[in-house]
Amino acid sequence: MKRIVSIGAVLVACLVGLVGLGAEPGAITASSEAKRDTVDVKIDNFTFGPQELSVPVGTTVTWTNRDDIPHTVVSTDKVFKSKVLDTDETFSFTFDKAGTYPYFCSIHPKMTGKVVVQ
Amino acid sequence: MREKEKDGLLNDHDHDGIDRRGFLRCMAWAGTGVLCVLQGGVLKSYALSTMSGSESGSGSALPAAGELSFVQISDSHMGFNKAANPDVAATLKAAIDKVNGLAVPPEFMLHTGDISHLSKPEEFDTVDQILKGSSAKDVFFVPGEHDVLNDEGKQYLERYGKGAKGAGWYSFDKRGVHFVGLVNVLNLKAGGLGTLGQEQLDWLKADVKHLKHSTPIVVFAHIPLWSIYPAWGWGTEDSSQALAYLKRFGSVTVLNGHIHQTMQKIEGRVTFHTAASTAFPQPQPGQADSPGPMKVPAEKLRSLLGITDVRYVRGQHTLAIVDSSLA
Repeated sequence: MKRIVSIGAVLVACLVGLVGLGAEPGAITASSEAKRDTVDVKIDNFTFGPQELSVPVGTTVTWTNRDDIPHTVVSTDKVFKSKVLDTDETFSFTFDKAGTYPYFCSIHPKMTGKVVVQ
Repeated sequence: MREKEKDGLLNDHDHDGIDRRGFLRCMAWAGTGVLCVLQGGVLKSYALSTMSGSESGSGSALPAAGELSFVQISDSHMGFNKAANPDVAATLKAAIDKVNGLAVPPEFMLHTGDISHLSKPEEFDTVDQILKGSSAKDVFFVPGEHDVLNDEGKQYLERYGKGAKGAGWYSFDKRGVHFVGLVNVLNLKAGGLGTLGQEQLDWLKADVKHLKHSTPIVVFAHIPLWSIYPAWGWGTEDSSQALAYLKRFGSVTVLNGHIHQTMQKIEGRVTFHTAASTAFPQPQPGQADSPGPMKVPAEKLRSLLGITDVRYVRGQHTLAIVDSSLA
């Protein structure tokens, strides 16, 4: 009895989840339990850390400027571009497509980084 | 042991007019106290203590009252408020006080960029307000990378680029000296240095084409037009092309900012000079992990900020460049 109820509960949950997803435009995950991952990149001392980042498709990367000088995060291929980030300001971008995304700071172009999305 | 020769020349042991020890001091450029003047192609150094209060001084070899006198200031970074200098408005005001205290009032000032820290309107407004208090009649600007944030330099152009071409380059003449303001802080490429771009280079070529080679040229731009330390972005990738267009001139002076410390190099007939910031110092090349603001004890700060006084004496094809710190 209990098992049937619990299986039923799970089925109902999945159905609810799928219906919920269906109503949500732009949803890309197949399971209602999948969370959007967030990965942090710290900007400090004129460096992006980590400089090279590998993430799965759907990850949101958040850059936080911990330096005492402003920086920007600009995709070399014009995929994303932050406004100028003063100390403690952040910029986020969600990588929906697989690929390699080199970027740099447009104020200090020697500062470069890369996000590899798989 | 220094011997004071006639003409006020120091260390002219070979009597050939070349002051070798003075030359080395000019190269080291310890800061104040030494006036280096290139006269007739010969570099001479004068201890400032031998100069009397008035500019005409002893009259003979010392530079007469400059027919053209101007000041270079740089990197005011209005809006910066971190530990390296919590009050950049106060130090900019101190720099203007210094300008106003010069024996020969400057006719105008050159600001070699990073006027603001975050390209905010109120930051530009504050600098304009403070500069109004100077004895100089006009200020000519070129943008730094901090002045062109978020809008590709549109606001900078509206404020300071009247009559300028492209991203804000222009030229003007004063007393027979030709001044050229260049912009090398836009369209920077990943991993790259400062850049002038072909359109600006073509403009420069045409701009100086018909000038007599005896016309003294002063070029000013934010990022150094010589390779000081590429790892920190202290250089301009296509500056050699610009300098090639100026090669035939008898006197070329290049005034830059960006590195927040004074540095000088003479290469043939070209004198390169970078000014100190009025906001905060930066480390010497390679002396720190990165070129960011350098924190120093509060009482030391003003000794690492400063202004540059430049004087041109007609007929000499020379410009005397004197850096002085705020303390």
